[in-house]
Amino acid sequence: MTKSNVMEVPPKGGFTFDLCRRNTMLQQQGAKLPKFRKTGTTIVGLIFKDGVILGADTRATEGEIVCDKNCEKIHYLAPNISCCGAGTAADTENVTDMVSSQLVLHRYATGRESRVVTALTMLKSHLFRYQGQVSAALVLGGVDVTGPHLHAVYPHGSTDTLPFATMGSGSLAAMSVFESRYKENLTKEEGMEIVSAAICAGIFNDLGSGSNVDLCIITKARKEYLRNYQQPNPRSYSRSKGYDFKIGHTAVLSTKITQLRQHVQVLEGDAMEEE
Amino acid sequence: MEPMACQWTDAPHSMGTTIMAVEYNGGVILGADSRTTTGVYVANRASDKITELTDNVYLCRSGSAADSQVVSDYVRYFLNQHTILLGRLATVKTASTLVKELSYQNKSFLETGLIVAGWDKYEGGSVYGIPLGGTLLRLPFATGGSGSSYLYGFLDQAWKSNMTQEEAEALVVKSISLAIARDGASGGVVRTVTINEEGVQRKFYAGDKLPLFHEEIAPRPTPIHAN
Repeated sequence: MTKSNVMEVPPKGGFTFDLCRRNTMLQQQGAKLPKFRKTGTTIVGLIFKDGVILGADTRATEGEIVCDKNCEKIHYLAPNISCCGAGTAADTENVTDMVSSQLVLHRYATGRESRVVTALTMLKSHLFRYQGQVSAALVLGGVDVTGPHLHAVYPHGSTDTLPFATMGSGSLAAMSVFESRYKENLTKEEGMEIVSAAICAGIFNDLGSGSNVDLCIITKARKEYLRNYQQPNPRSYSRSKGYDFKIGHTAVLSTKITQLRQHVQVLEGDAMEEE
Repeated sequence: MEPMACQWTDAPHSMGTTIMAVEYNGGVILGADSRTTTGVYVANRASDKITELTDNVYLCRSGSAADSQVVSDYVRYFLNQHTILLGRLATVKTASTLVKELSYQNKSFLETGLIVAGWDKYEGGSVYGIPLGGTLLRLPFATGGSGSSYLYGFLDQAWKSNMTQEEAEALVVKSISLAIARDGASGGVVRTVTINEEGVQRKFYAGDKLPLFHEEIAPRPTPIHAN
């Protein structure tokens, strides 16, 4: 085989879509794509009188199986900004971590508190560059010098700026609660009540969402992260005697002990010093 | 098939849309509906599809929401620099040419139909249509989006040159309302932006204030759920 004289130019950056074509071809031939961990999800956000309230359920699924009954879907972006993530769990985790790091550097460079639109622009340009292959649908909320902000970010890189937003497979159930109960200038208690009701609507009516309700309330003064604010799905049965397996419960059929020390020999040089 | 696979949440975010812009005696009026869909679900029922490029030039967006937002962000950035370098307000022709360059040079990746309209002191009000392939067309009036199909015949009959501002505005509101009535992918409220020598004026027509046509029923207010 002759060597090619053309120098291999490394890709300049951005996604190479070659393997996507191979994957589609393999799928057409009958191969099954591995099931990735998705957060089926109900995520919501709303603007109230003093700031923003974000809410999320806590179920993560791998195909039809619930792989995590209590995962965290409200991610940290900045001291005054948080982001709920729906879609592929790896994508939401990594894109929010990446933007969070970029925001720290930006804060050092500007010497100011981060603004929500900065996080929004960083997220949307990254997602657009990957043309929807990064499957992250986010509800981004925070309070900065210009006031409270709430945005919905879609996997292809488009954004919506709204007073209340829902995303994920449970978004329709949650939106029905918001559309009937939302009004402007809600108090914090009213807002928390409506957000939990919306998440519960997703938990009980959508198969992809379940378990507990997480809330995050962001105001000018501070951010309150209420992990497992509501737990409407307690374990319904627990054995009265408890779960305790004393020695003797399991029969031991045979025992074999292998000394590893025999297989390790120092051939030359000093044996590793022990300090 | 996965029980959680939802077409409406996984489909790309697109603006089915009805957008239009007309020239009148003294300026331009841009109009748009406010519905953004992901598949068959209405993701945003109050979106703003008329975005500012400069103080005197605005852009109506249709098609893929992501593509049109990115194009408008780039053009706003370039025009900002251009205005600083030039020392004067950008002309509508410059803005539309920039939009056309982006649309045409990236035609294989983009799926967005745009209308650029504004006022400058050389041409007065001007409207430029930039449909899918990246053609640049100066027109007295332009429509775009899925709802525009229902407006061609209507505008052929109803549009006249040299209208007053009130006539032009009434025409825009009536057209968008007609398109909303027949196109499933258009709906919500009607937003208009009037640009002339004096400046820019934004107007908002709520759904229940729009004119009703053949066999349309007047909306009844639904009581807010009392808790």
